[in-house]
Order: sequence, then C-alpha cells, then structure tokens
Amino acid sequence: MPVKLHVEDLAARRGEDLIFHDISFVLRAGEALVVTGANGSGKSTLLRALSGLLPPETGRVRIEGAGSPNLAESSHYLGHRNAMKRELTVGENLVFWQDFMGDSPDGNGLPVDVAIEALGLSGIGHLPFGYLSAGQQRRMAMARLLVAYRPVWLLDEPTAALDASADRMFAGLVRIHLEKGGIVVAATHQPLGIDGVRELRMTGFAGVGDVI
Amino acid sequence: MIALFLRDLKLSVRAGGGALIGVLFFMTVVAVIPFGVGPDLNLLSRIGPAILWIGALLACLLGLDRLFQAEREDGSLDVMLMQETPLVLTVLVKCLAHWTASGLPLVIASPLLGLFMNMNEVAIGATMLTLLVGTPAITFIGAVGAAVAVALPRGGLLVSILVLPLAIPVLIFGVSAAYAAVEDPAPFLPPFLILIAITLFFAVIGPLAAAAALRSSSD
Repeated sequence: MPVKLHVEDLAARRGEDLIFHDISFVLRAGEALVVTGANGSGKSTLLRALSGLLPPETGRVRIEGAGSPNLAESSHYLGHRNAMKRELTVGENLVFWQDFMGDSPDGNGLPVDVAIEALGLSGIGHLPFGYLSAGQQRRMAMARLLVAYRPVWLLDEPTAALDASADRMFAGLVRIHLEKGGIVVAATHQPLGIDGVRELRMTGFAGVGDVI
Repeated sequence: MIALFLRDLKLSVRAGGGALIGVLFFMTVVAVIPFGVGPDLNLLSRIGPAILWIGALLACLLGLDRLFQAEREDGSLDVMLMQETPLVLTVLVKCLAHWTASGLPLVIASPLLGLFMNMNEVAIGATMLTLLVGTPAITFIGAVGAAVAVALPRGGLLVSILVLPLAIPVLIFGVSAAYAAVEDPAPFLPPFLILIAITLFFAVIGPLAAAAALRSSSD
C-alpha cells in the first residue's frame, strides 16, 4: 500500500510566539515538498512539529500505508546536528543506528558498507567520526537515512556544508528514494535539483504558508 | 537494545568517556581519609564502610549529568525520541550501560580501598555486596536528575543537588547493612533487603520519570 502523508491545519508555537498556523498539505508516495523561506521563518520548527519532537499547537499529522499511523516512527529526521558520536568510527556509528532503528515493515535498509559507498566515502569507514571534515560528517549523517528504511525523510538543511558534487549525489539519493515510493520533506535554501517538487514558502511569525 | 548497551560501553571507555574518572575520584577520596583522620587503626576500621559508601555515592554522581546531555548535543536524542522502541526501555538500557561502565568498577575497587581503611574481611565483603546492590539505585535516581537538567548548560551541579536527597536512603541502608555484618546485635538481612527493594523500586520509577522529563524537554 503506497504511503500518503496528511497534514491538517498545523500550527506550532515557540515560547510565546505562534510561528505558523493553518499549514495543510497532502503528499503521496513519490512526492517531495521543499520548504523555503527566510531565516527564522519557521522551516525547522515545521520539520520538528512534523517529526513529533515539538508538540504542535493545533492540527494533526498522520500517515497512511506505513507500519504505524505515527509519522515519527515512519520517518527519518536529519536535523542540523548529525546524530553521530565523534569517538566512534563511522562504521560503528552506522551499525549502531541500523541495529537500533531497524527497518520499517515496508522496506529494507542498505548494508552499512553499501551505504558508505553510495555516499562516495568508501575507504574512510574505519576512521573516528570526529576526524572527518564538516562536509564528510554531513554525508555520513545522510548514510543513516540509507541503512535503516523509513518511508518519509524529514530533512533540515540537508546540503549545508556540502560541495557541488555532493549536492548532486544527494539529489540522486533523494530521487531514488522517491522512485521507491518514499516521501521527502526538505527545508532548504538551495534547490534540491529534482524536478516536479512542490514548494511551501514560509513567511514567518504567524504568516500563512503558501503551497505552490 | 544490545546495540545501545554496547555502544554506550564503548563510548565510556574511549577518549573523553569518563568511566575511569569515577574510580579515580573514589580512590582519591578514600585514600586521603587516613591522612586526614590519622593513624588510629581502630577508628579507621570503624568508619571504613561509611567512608567507602560516601566515596562511592559521590563518584556515582560525578558522571551522571552527561548521561543524556551528550546525546542531546549531537542530535542522537532526537532520533531516539522518534523510535518505536519505548523511550523507557531506551533509558533503562542507558542506565544499565552507565552503571556497568562507572558503577561496577567502584564495586570492584572497593576491596582494595577497604584495606586502606583497615577493614576486616567480613566488613570488606559486606561493603562490596551492599555497593553492588545499592549503586544501581543511585544511577536510576540520577537518570531522573540528568533528564530534568538535559537542556541546561552546566547542569552537573544541579543534577547532584537534585539527586542527593533521593539517594540518602540508599546511603543509610547501605551503610547500616554493612555495619550490621560486623557488629553483632544488629541483623544484616533487614537493611540489606530494604536496599534491594529501593534499587528495584527506582529501577521502575527512575526510567519512567526520566523518559517523561526527556519527552517534555525536547523542543
């Protein structure tokens, strides 16, 4: 059964301020949504509200066709921080996340060495994560998306700190994920390099987001 | 879950992990006591179990504040919060790994330090046994403090202050059981069983409360 993501009248608050309200959209399998907007317009807050890490003020988020109706359990969240331990090697980090997260019932993650290869970093899997450069660390954080399967990817500025070739490679990974019937929601300043994505422009501070 | 346990153990023995800091602190505290108290062997052997327990309690508190803070700083906590695995279970496994890395070495080091305090074999054995049973409770209680203070920079002192009052019963029953083993009229079993009960009680309450605190602190 193809997945389908419903977001209805979502509003979220940070402290006293209502950051956004009345955000509604539906994404079907194979669709991507790019969230754009100025700094502080609420892109990250929207992604955290979707991932369940920030309780939404109103509205609801649900997913059909995945293992559980709870979006948090059916999605990967790639935030500003990489969720990798500097003291462990790249391989150990990825093996841990693979074991800990497991796969969603409707798909399979890649073996760790294949994932490292897919990110173009083969040969450095034995190094401690802390030895890598910022761009390499970011790429390794993306490898986490591949080792455990989740139908929905929630990406917050995924390509910050990446060079142009890594940008293209990441666009390729996103395209493969969409072709497999996944859903991607990405907050970004740079274009993802994928055709046919929808765009949600955040205007910030209780402004209304427009789905284009 | 075993993956999480092994990862936390690995982290605690690698650079910056701090598993040994607790033991070193424990040794330092106990080793300086004879110099401060003076060479009165009878006095040393009388206060020995209490000193070992106080040292172990403080050493247990030392590394607790990093239990969840390190996970939060690198973003791992977000991923853990989103999983299907109940957060309570994740917290419990993290506590067990933390105890294995920093509590168990204290128990193992305690007989050596008991010799410093001129304790006899029975007293050393009893203290070691009570530490083995009692220190997990301190970790479970500490997990609650660590979860409450997870978002605070320099929360270490706050964790200790939050946790210490709750850890006092562990200290009381641990020390009284250790004394009961060497002093004749007092029975050993009742305080020891209460100590076990405290540990089991906090093994349930601690992870539940810590998981609730972590959920509400995520933003």
